[in-house]
Order: sequence, then C-alpha cells, then structure tokens
Amino acid sequence: MTTHLLSLVLFLPLAGLAVLLAIPAENKRLVRLWANAVFLAGFLVSLPLVTTFDRNATGYQFVERASWIPSIGAQYLIGIDGISLLFVMLTTVIGFLASLSSWSAIHDRAKEYYALFLLLQTALIGVFVSLDLFLFYLFFELVLIPMYFIIGIWGGERKLYAAIKFFLYTLAGSVLMLLGVLTLYYQYRTQFGVPTFEIARLMSLKMPLIVEMAVFWTFFIGFAIKVPMFPFHTWLPDAHTEAPTAGSVVLASVMLKMGTYGFLRFSLPLAPHASTTPWVVHTMVVLSIIAIIYGGLVSLVQQDWKRLVAYSSVSHLGFCTLGIFALNANGLAGSVIQQINHGISTGMLFLIVGVAYERRHSTKIRDYGGLATVMPNYAVVFAIALWSSAALPLLNGFIGEFTILSGAFEANRIYAVLASLGVILAAAYLLWLYQRVMLGQVKHEENKLLPDLSLREWCVFLPLIAWAFWIGIYPKPYFDLLEKPVGEILKRL
Amino acid sequence: MSYYTASDNLALLPALVLAVFGCAILLIEFFVKNKKTFVLSLSLAGLAGTAWALLLQTQAVGSGADKLTAFQGALSIDGFALFFNWIFLLSSAVVILISYRFLEIEDEHHAEYYGLILLAQSGMYFLAAGTELVTIFVGLELMAICFYVLVGFLRRERRSNEAAMKYFLLGVFSSAILAYGFSLLFGIASSTRFADITQAIQTRSLSDPIVLLALGATTAGVLFKISAVPFHMWAPDAYEGAPTPVTAYLSVGSKAASFALLLRLFLEPLASLRHAWQPMLIAVAVLSMTAGNLAALTQTNLKRLIAYSSISHAGYMLLGLVAGNDTGIQGIAVYIVVYTLTNLGALLVIAALRRKDPGSVREDDLSDISGLASRNPAYAALMVIFLISLAGLPPTAGFIGKYYIFLALIETGHPILAVIATLYVALAVYYYFRIAKAMYMGKQERPVFIASSLGQRIALGITGAATLLIGIYPEPVLLFAGITLLR
Repeated sequence: MTTHLLSLVLFLPLAGLAVLLAIPAENKRLVRLWANAVFLAGFLVSLPLVTTFDRNATGYQFVERASWIPSIGAQYLIGIDGISLLFVMLTTVIGFLASLSSWSAIHDRAKEYYALFLLLQTALIGVFVSLDLFLFYLFFELVLIPMYFIIGIWGGERKLYAAIKFFLYTLAGSVLMLLGVLTLYYQYRTQFGVPTFEIARLMSLKMPLIVEMAVFWTFFIGFAIKVPMFPFHTWLPDAHTEAPTAGSVVLASVMLKMGTYGFLRFSLPLAPHASTTPWVVHTMVVLSIIAIIYGGLVSLVQQDWKRLVAYSSVSHLGFCTLGIFALNANGLAGSVIQQINHGISTGMLFLIVGVAYERRHSTKIRDYGGLATVMPNYAVVFAIALWSSAALPLLNGFIGEFTILSGAFEANRIYAVLASLGVILAAAYLLWLYQRVMLGQVKHEENKLLPDLSLREWCVFLPLIAWAFWIGIYPKPYFDLLEKPVGEILKRL
Repeated sequence: MSYYTASDNLALLPALVLAVFGCAILLIEFFVKNKKTFVLSLSLAGLAGTAWALLLQTQAVGSGADKLTAFQGALSIDGFALFFNWIFLLSSAVVILISYRFLEIEDEHHAEYYGLILLAQSGMYFLAAGTELVTIFVGLELMAICFYVLVGFLRRERRSNEAAMKYFLLGVFSSAILAYGFSLLFGIASSTRFADITQAIQTRSLSDPIVLLALGATTAGVLFKISAVPFHMWAPDAYEGAPTPVTAYLSVGSKAASFALLLRLFLEPLASLRHAWQPMLIAVAVLSMTAGNLAALTQTNLKRLIAYSSISHAGYMLLGLVAGNDTGIQGIAVYIVVYTLTNLGALLVIAALRRKDPGSVREDDLSDISGLASRNPAYAALMVIFLISLAGLPPTAGFIGKYYIFLALIETGHPILAVIATLYVALAVYYYFRIAKAMYMGKQERPVFIASSLGQRIALGITGAATLLIGIYPEPVLLFAGITLLR
C-alpha cells in the first residue's frame, strides 16, 4: 500500500470523477456530497505523506517508476522531496476547501463543475509529483483545459474573453517550453545514446552555454507566464476576476505556483550555468522588483475588490521569484514558504470576496462599506487574512517575506531595499481596502441584513487561519523540510 | 519472362478485392432494388476481405525485413505500403459506418455510393504501394474520379454540385501538371520505374533545368492533392459542399493517400534533389500553416473551419519531410494516424447534426452546434476531445503527432521553424475552442438534435476512445508507425 501511496493521492480525484459521471445530474445534492467527499478523501490520503516523510533524507521519496512509452524513453516516474511535499499538501487542502466553498455558490450544471474540478485536481497534483519531463508536461498542459471551462462557464460578466485569453496566453508559453524539453531530450540522447526524460538523469548533461541559454529561456517563457512575472501578467487580472470564487482560489493558490515550482525544479537544476549568468540573474531580479512595486501600485487604485486581490498576487509572486533568483539558501527557502503563504492568504482573500459576492452579487468596492457592524465574525476573518497577506509578525506572510528579504539582502542590498517597498505598499492597499469595505457606516440599505458566516463557511476558513498561525508562530518544521532540497538545488548551481 | 506470376497475385490482392466488391456493388442495383442493408453489408464484407488480404500480406512481409515486389518493380509491398493501407481501410470503414443514416436523411441512398468508396480505396492502394509512374498515376486518377462523383453526390443541392465542379476542374488541372512532371521524369530516365529514375537523377547535374522542371511540376501536382498552400483553394469549397461523410473521407483517406505518394516520390526518386525541394517545402509548409490557421480564425461554417485547419495540418506534416530524418518520417506516419482518427471523429459529430425533419440543421454552421453540451453531453465531450487532439494538446493523440514533428525539427537544426510551428498551435486553439465555446457556453438558438445510429455510435466510440488512449498510451501506435521506415 505505502509503495503506491503517491499514485493513490494522484489518481484518487480521477477515480472519483469516474464515479461522479455515473450520478444523475439532476441529483445535485448527491453530486455535491460525492465531490466533496472525494476531495476530503484526497486530503486524508495525502496526510500519511507528511507523517511518513523522512526530512533528513536527500533525494526523492515515495518514488514510483514504471515503463510507459519505451520508444521515446518516457516513464511513469513520480516522487516527492520537501518542496513538492508542501505543494502537494497545499493542493489537497485548497482543493477540498475550494470545493466546500462552492456548495451554495454553484447551482447551474453542478455535475460538470465538480467533474472539471476533480480533473483539475489530478492534473495539479501531477505537476508537483512528476519526475519525468514528459509526464510533467502532460499534466502541465492538462491543467489548462478544465480551468478554461471553469472560467468560461461559471465566470463573471466577461468570462468568455477572460477564459480564452487565459488559455491562449498560458498555452503559448507552454508550447514554447516544449521546445526546451525536446532540446534537453535530444542533447541527452546524442551524448549518452539513450532516450530519457528523467530529470535526475538529464542533470548529468553537459551543454554549451548557448544551448543551455535556449533551454533556460524557453522554460522561462513557459514558467514566467504561469507565475506570472512582469510583463507577462496581463492575463491574470482578467482570469482571476472573472473566474468563479473556487476557480480564483485554485488559480491563485495553486496554479500560479506551477510557474515558481517550475523555476525551482527545472530551470535552476537543468540549466544551472544559464540561470547563474549575471545578466540573466539581473534581468530576473529586475523583473521581480518591477512586479512587486508595480503590482502594489496598481492594487492601490483598483475599484474592484476581486481585481485588487488579483493584482496583489502579481506583487506577492514578485517576492517569490526574487527569492528564487537571490540564489542562496534563505532566498530559496523563503520563496517556497512564501508560495505556500500566498496560497493560504490569497486563497482566503478570494474566499472572503466570494462570501460577499454570494450575498450581494457585486465585487465593486463602492457597493460595500461598514460590513464590520453587520458581519462581525466575517470582519475578524477578513482582518486575519489581511494581516497574513500584509506580512504582520506572528502570521505566515511575515516569515516568508522576511526570509526572502534577508536572502535578497545577502545577494545585493539594493534588491532588498527596493523589494521592501512592496511590503509597505501591501499594507497600504490592504488596509485601505479594509477601511472602505468593512469600516464606517453601512452605506447601502441592502447591506444591513447580510447574514454572517455560516457553519460551512467557518469550516472553510478555520483550517486556513490555523495554518497561517502555525507557519507564523512555529515555522521550524517547514524550514527543516526545505533544508535538504534547497541544498540540492544550490549544489547544482 | 512471364508477366503475371503467383506472387504478383498476393501483391495485388487487396486492390483486387476492393475492385471486385466495388464493381459488384455498382452492378447490384440492377438486380436487387431497395436492399440498402444488403449493400451496406456487402461493402463491409468487401472491407473485411481487404483486411484479410492485408493480413496475408503482412504475414508474407513478416517482420518487414523483406518486401513483396511485383510486376517487375511496379508494386512494392513493404512496411510503408502496409501502414498506409491499414489507414485507408480504417477511414473507409468509419465512413461507411456513418454514411447509412446520413444518406437516408438526405434521401440520396444509392448503392453506387458504397461502390465508389471501395473503388476509391482501391486507387489509394496503388498510391501507397506503387513504385512506378503509370501505376501511381492510374491509381491517383481512380481515386480522384471517385471523389469527384462523391463530392457531388447530393445532386439536388446546389452547394454539392458547385463543390464537385470546382474540385473536378482544379483536380483535372493539377493531374495534368502532375502528368507533365511524370512525363519529364520518364524523359530523364527512359523508364517509369522508381529505381531507374533514382539512378538517372543521381547521374544528372543537380542544377539541370529539366530535372528542376520535372521536380517543380511533380511537386505542384502532389501539393494540390494534399491541399497545401498555394494549391489549397479547392479544399474549403469541396469540404463544405460535399456530403459530410465524404468530407471526412476526403480529408483523411485522400489526404493520407496523397501523402503516401508524396513521401514515396520525395524519399525515393527525388531524394537526391533535397537541396532543391527542401527550401520549397519549407516555404509551402509555413505558408500552409499561416494561411490555414489565419483563415480558420474567422470561419463560421464548421466544415470550412475543418477544411482550413486541415490545410494547416498538411503544413505540419510537410515539416516532418523537411526534417527528413527517421523521426520526421515516423512523425508523419504517427501524425497521419492521429489526424485520421481525430478528423474522422470531429466530422462524425458534425454529420450527426443533420436531421430529416423540416427546419432542421442543414448549414453545419457554428450556431447549429451551439448549446450541444446541455442536450447531448456525450457528443459534446467527445467533440472537445477531438478538438483538443486537433489542436495538438496532451493528453490526446494529437499531441503525440505534434511531438514527433517538433522533435524532428529540433534534431535537424530548424529551431526557427519549430518556434513558428509551436506558436501556431496556440493560435489554432483559438478557433478550435470557438467550437467548444459554442457547445458549452453558447445559447441554444434552436433545439439541436442528434441523428445517431448504431453505426455512428460505434464509429464515434472507436475514434473517441482511440484519440484518448493513443494520447495516454501511444506505444503501440509508435511501433506501428515505425514500419513506415521499412521501404
């Protein structure tokens, strides 16, 4: 059993999907119950990964290997290290909470909705556990298709535009990335005579710098669009704003991490010389800092609550890429933790918007005001999410950004100084948002009778709040977990 | 020297079976009236016979180390020929399965329809197996003439007639050019056999104007048949006007056969002229992808959209030949398998939109498929799988086809071409997903009904399952496509 644990985690949502298809679409209650049960089971079966993971071991654990397409050397090869473990857990947790949050939000075509979400879940887990580039690429592309439909069918007013823009933009990046994958594959086959997509083996390649550069930049296009890094971020505000709440949550919390994870797992280890070339590092850092400051400034002027949260992602992900290209232990570890943090805090922020949207069907900031008096519990949850996102000490965001900034400081003081502007901006746009939405008098009559959080909604928020405090107060297990894999990456550079 | 031996018999057997059954079906209407199911069974029996003949040949060729040659080198049954003939058989079978209901609805159920399909496949046989100019030309014309009739089979519909006329005129014109090219090749080698032509061209200077003229005329003729730019004008009209099952047959059977011819010509007699045809094919491939993809963006007729997309697919396949290494050639073979299955599937769904009752869908317009997902979720879901595969995204078969083409381009040092080809994938998703958008997010303008028959469901099940399975586990298809390298 234990040897196939990771496959179980990976394919459980897909198996659940197969059963879901047999449930009649009219029976929405059963559809919802079943889908949520599958997501919960998905989370539960992923728990043993944490408890049995050996954090002192280097290399991958729970490895499963099977021959898949011998003609081209592709294998079914999955396994996790400390970094992927965190992302797998983030995916299973967020997946379940996002599904739970859709209980009363989705009425139309509920069966299709949950079916697509289950497919998406398998694809996302697949991205984080694949150790074979061909397998990875399959999941990497597969993610797009369910997400396209989720945005396009259940999204907001401009859903069709947002859906196709998201699809084409991110697809253009990932097809170019395929060329990088094929270049690595071809180089390896010429040098060693055997075809393989196995990442560990591809690392033994010695390539001329120019080829390595080509690989790095094709990967960069693929991952930078996913993150998204400035100037490839323009799909994000549309997609995140138009997607249904659960779609935005999964997009922000998990899908964006495919890009940063890609940098950590593929770009740095597979093109180490290209990614440490000074001008490349400078470019990456400058783009990250622009994203941090630009994302913050744009968030400041948003009139739409959801769009504001979307732009804040650009800024927060800027910290993550900055940490990666600080190229030292603090930067990398901080980056991974900050990615998890962003998953928690931005996920919460989108869920909070979703709660309001479900009651009022608007995401315009001016349609709200003074909600704190009407919905006191909601106000507390929002405040915690906000402080978590704005990096208040004792909450998770502080740990992540502090570590990244200290990593950046080690690399170059100016980086750290510029990036810290982003922390101030974050506090500004988030607090101002809170003031306009929650504080003061209730401006609109229809807002006076809004119900506070229901039990189900509490169930969605509580785990995330607990997680945020856990990382904020006692982050040591996370740093312990990351020590070995980060060391492995640094050894390659 | 005897002109016809027992071994020739085996080499000819599949074409013979097809021709006998084809002619029998043409004649049978004189004797048995209104026996539609009988004719249908007879044509399926013909295909079963062909499958048997192909199996015999596969056994005789064995692992592919040796090959059957017949008629003093006019036919050569090798891995390449067998591979393509299995593809032809698959497309004919699927087309016949979906035609019955369609012809009923159109009220044009005549036995000769099935006869023509079998005879066309008999012509295709020679395109894949022929290694002699006259044999090939006769095979090509046999196929083409059957198609001229089939495209215009809806005699009472103006579009069908118009399509047939356009296709016929342009087709005859291109055949004439091809014949001119062939005559020049004959002039160069004073033989029509590929082996002799190969030798004769190798002894000639590489810039000999006659050789180049022969190459140019031959290439133009063949490019017309695969509907590559700038010889693609006929395709949208013919695809749109033809009865949808014929569109399917035209887009996969005829295209695969023409690619077989193209590959044979360029890899055998014309191989030594690579320096001359490679730049030409690069231009044609890039133009085909560009024109096909850009024109498809704005199409609202589903069949025209498929037509333009198939022009761009021709461009992708040509890139495999541009690369020209084993990966490229095997890539074309894989591409043809997946393209055949996927395109058949997509046109099958479009064919199922036709109904007999008045006021039903007759235009195959994008709005006709609008809202399909709410009424026929299974058809809509299958269509999405076909569309993803046509676009070339994992986890469908289409990705495996594209994968080989891209890999071949990288191996042979064509990074720029690879970048162009990949970016067009993203562009193509836009128009393929317009169909998905209409099905899932479009308002239903009028009730869409599906006219499904048992044959249709079987065909749809086969193509849909294969499209998905090949995408997830392509190994058997890769091994199967590998036999094309045995020439």
